[in-house]
Amino acid sequence: MNNKVLVYIDQFHGEVLPISWETLGVGRKLADELGGDVAAVIAGQDIKGAAEQAFKYGASQVYYADDPSLAEYRPEPFTSLISKITQDQSPEILLFPTTTRGRELAGMCAIDLESGVLPDVTAIELQDGRVLATRPVYAGKLLAKAFCDSAPQIITTRGRAFDKPEPDPSLTGEPILVDAVIAEADTQTKVVEYAETVGGVSLTDAAVIVSGGRGVSNNPNLTPPEGMDEKQAEIWRAQQGFKMVAELASVLNAAIGASRAAVDAGYIPYDQQVGQTGKVVSPDLYIACGISGAIQHLAGMRTSKIIVAINRDSDAPIFKLARFGVVGDLYQILPPLTEAFRERLSK
Amino acid sequence: MNIVVCIKQVPDSAAKVAVQDGQVTWGEAPLVMNPWDEYAVETALTVQEDHGGDVTVVSIGKEGVEEALKIGLAMGSNNAILISDPALEAADSQAVARVLAAVIQKIGDVDIVFFGKQAIDGDMGVTAAQTARVLGWPILSLASSVETSSDGIRVERTVEEGRQVVEGKLPAVVSVVKDIGEPRYPSFMGIRKANRATIPVWTLGDLGIEEPISKVHWPELQNPPVQEIANEIIPGDSPEEIANTLADKILGEKVL
Repeated sequence: MNNKVLVYIDQFHGEVLPISWETLGVGRKLADELGGDVAAVIAGQDIKGAAEQAFKYGASQVYYADDPSLAEYRPEPFTSLISKITQDQSPEILLFPTTTRGRELAGMCAIDLESGVLPDVTAIELQDGRVLATRPVYAGKLLAKAFCDSAPQIITTRGRAFDKPEPDPSLTGEPILVDAVIAEADTQTKVVEYAETVGGVSLTDAAVIVSGGRGVSNNPNLTPPEGMDEKQAEIWRAQQGFKMVAELASVLNAAIGASRAAVDAGYIPYDQQVGQTGKVVSPDLYIACGISGAIQHLAGMRTSKIIVAINRDSDAPIFKLARFGVVGDLYQILPPLTEAFRERLSK
Repeated sequence: MNIVVCIKQVPDSAAKVAVQDGQVTWGEAPLVMNPWDEYAVETALTVQEDHGGDVTVVSIGKEGVEEALKIGLAMGSNNAILISDPALEAADSQAVARVLAAVIQKIGDVDIVFFGKQAIDGDMGVTAAQTARVLGWPILSLASSVETSSDGIRVERTVEEGRQVVEGKLPAVVSVVKDIGEPRYPSFMGIRKANRATIPVWTLGDLGIEEPISKVHWPELQNPPVQEIANEIIPGDSPEEIANTLADKILGEKVL
């Protein structure tokens, strides 16, 4: 059979990002419906092991480029490689996981291949052999249906929007080694430093998120250390509040999120911001602490399966989206809630 | 150092966006410069302070888009150019990238092109990388800090796994994230200058390019399905009682 679908497997320092398998699952289904096969492509250094894994998740063929010039991700050599394999294989559909790398590569391959790109889709159907994709726009305030009328149809799939296939250990194969397309000397950028984010669960992958808003700084019973001005004292108070958020997050193995108000006030780094100008997330459980629910925040988390809101103001808009609400002081609720989960989850 | 900043006009992030009769509406909410693009303008102006040269803000759209460009001028940019052509009304991201690349080439002698991370309307997040690819320039995306020398650039990038420092040669295309630093407010003098400015309008003919063919089509826009959520306020006489009830209820939903 011929490869109707090609899927880019995103890896970092040899570790495949699990969202890649969700994308491969989508590729497998589309290929089955189109009566063809799905191939995978992966690039890096010392990644044969990662390449072999792709068979277990449904790839019929796996192409891998293993080269020192691909050890650190740079968009240009990765794009040229994927474009070349796509030209050789001429699949109808080229899929990427929506990671920072996948989105960028999808866009650049669209230029090389003179086709269109549909980034960050959350649902896919085939209509007359062509993909009709659902894309949230305006941070999910609206849903757009879109298609691409040229080949290959280039699509990136949003994490947690599609099921991850169960790996089948009986599926094995020998990955096909391909050469890097661009020599190191012709690559215009160099990665000179790298610092891993230590600890913590990444927001976009998280199944559970505990978020804090402006309200985390409102504990009247805390006395800041002497010598702080008003702004320093406010941030100090907020940090004490976020410690409580972090303790609950740690018990639930959750990521820590924040509202734009909390980020803009300097309580917590921008990396943690959930919302239209932050990250759009869709966990199974989202616990909002001291977040009133501005439209821009709700847009970024409204598709969470179960939303829990803890807020002193019973009129806060966040309660409308909440399956469970607690009208009360987060400082009084969070410690016993953390304790309650610790007891129940340790059993 | 000559810098171009590509910006977009979008409905304010506080807008209640909805679909009515197949059209997007945002009520009384204002149209503003895409919030992420403000960070791109800020970065451009900071680089200009160190190296001199011109900052030009560029946008594609209809007449009203001049208002967003005027914000760029009021913040301190030297020039603004509006690209307006009926043929671009339904342009997809690769078509937009091809037009922007032509604009950058026509401006000439450009060292850096800045973009915001993505526009908050279409949420595509690919235009910076696509423009770089058309130009054949390196893309340094998601920069949280930018340092420039006369022929080189060094950025810190925010990716899933952490922070990466990347160096490259100029010219280059850079997209920035919020960590780059708060955008400055337009000065009083800047606003006066912007209001008096006549912004040149270029068509595809002025750029000397043919209409780029869009490949992506949007047959349908929908309001998201209304979620039926049974709101339940957890009762209790003490925080402990509320916490215990809440924990049981959450566990009962089988999401943990």
